[in-house]
Amino acid sequence: MQILNASGCLDALTAPHVASALDAFVTKTVTPEPRAGNAPVRIAETEHGMLNAIGLANPGSRTFLATTLPQLARAIDVPVWVSVGGFCVRDYVETCEQLTSDDVACIELNLSCPNVDEAPEAAAEIVAACREVAAKPLYAKVSPHSWDMGETVRALEAAGADGLSMVNTLRGVALDTRLQPKLARGAGGYSGPALKPAALAAVLAARRATSLPIVGMGGVFDGRDALEFIACGATHVALGTVLFADPDAPTRVRRELVEEARRAGFDTPDDAFGVALETVARLAN
Amino acid sequence: MSSFRRERLSVTAVEAVGPYALLRVERGGLDPGVPGQFFMLEAPERVLPRPMSLCTARRGELAFLIDPIGPGTMALAELECGDRLHVFGPLGNGFRLDVARPLLVGGGIGIAPLPYLAEALEHPPALLGFRSELHAQAAELLPNAEVVIDPVLVTDAMPLDRDVLACGPEPMLEAVRALVPGAQLAWEAPMACGYGACYGCVVDIDGELKRLCVEGPVLCRS
Repeated sequence: MQILNASGCLDALTAPHVASALDAFVTKTVTPEPRAGNAPVRIAETEHGMLNAIGLANPGSRTFLATTLPQLARAIDVPVWVSVGGFCVRDYVETCEQLTSDDVACIELNLSCPNVDEAPEAAAEIVAACREVAAKPLYAKVSPHSWDMGETVRALEAAGADGLSMVNTLRGVALDTRLQPKLARGAGGYSGPALKPAALAAVLAARRATSLPIVGMGGVFDGRDALEFIACGATHVALGTVLFADPDAPTRVRRELVEEARRAGFDTPDDAFGVALETVARLAN
Repeated sequence: MSSFRRERLSVTAVEAVGPYALLRVERGGLDPGVPGQFFMLEAPERVLPRPMSLCTARRGELAFLIDPIGPGTMALAELECGDRLHVFGPLGNGFRLDVARPLLVGGGIGIAPLPYLAEALEHPPALLGFRSELHAQAAELLPNAEVVIDPVLVTDAMPLDRDVLACGPEPMLEAVRALVPGAQLAWEAPMACGYGACYGCVVDIDGELKRLCVEGPVLCRS
């Protein structure tokens, strides 16, 4: 069981000691061309979470490979996962083809960013095309908005995904006192504690459909939250919004996870793997 | 990396200053940093902490001026002596102090970093603008400051031959910069993390999006 960050929730170059407290660091999403990102206002707190509409701000794949990746390799001593995004299959393939460096441990395909206008083509199609060219393990970052999560993850697995990262944010809107959207873009990605039940349901449904590794994420704020993802069938856990509130979260959640597992009657967190699934299976039968 | 760290500290006092609250907490092992730098303050029952520049730094203490305008700042203003909160900092880039003829300019809650700055610069002249007599009570934090109240603006009273160090609402900062292009300006933006992680706090400065938490909050056209 490893603890990672959710893509977009940490910059290892400005906070290398936070990234080094993880088991692996996931970059912000890289696209072929540089992107300045969306105009401010980009974030807003809500009652039980937050909205963001950053818009995949990144230096573009060429600068990322030439400058950012070598800097990351020097700055941190944990494996680097590169999040890859785009607006058509070709975008994803182009970046994946270039990610051959030993400094890249894994590729996570961001198939589900809610903050860009152009919708990516069918997720499985992108995975299949990237599988053809990628020299690294491929994880598919999944949206919680799936009509049938089992069908979605089976399609991703058939297309060649080596693992799943789930979930990305939900789409959300918050209004100000004048009843206008707080975010300049209107809608944004909703994350934080309110996302957890939706994320747990997605992981549970996915685990019933596949034996692929799953990085579970969505509202993990403490060790108990992390344990619940493992109980629903996540093999790893990622921290997102909590990193904004608590840069010490990787170490704290890791410690709490061990304590919470023992409190729940398990010797180790891994021993709780899938235990919620057993109950669900019984109920279903 | 810089000297920032995160500690859980006790509130030592919360004092009313006009409509604002001066939140005093024990300093613990935190470095007060440079004037204009900020700290992320855990807001009770809220998901995200709130960025606050350091207002005063008496021995063994850190103090923050809070304008209780939303759920987070209201929760901070309602803290009581003995309550504990996580404080993370100092963060960002503060004011450059190598100025020959400093003038501090503040507007509204933007006066927050100026008392600590005034101390560091050995109490230079200061000009403060407020929207009402009530808000202007906060001028007590800078005893010798010249005070103007709306409809008079700080830019109406500001000498132009000074090294201006300013903090206030965006229109005030734009107006100050139009008159004194080299002014050091402390900006504000909604901020989730304070340490460069979220990319949420960008502001458009001369056509370029800058992350205020790591490239600011004090920016100067060099």
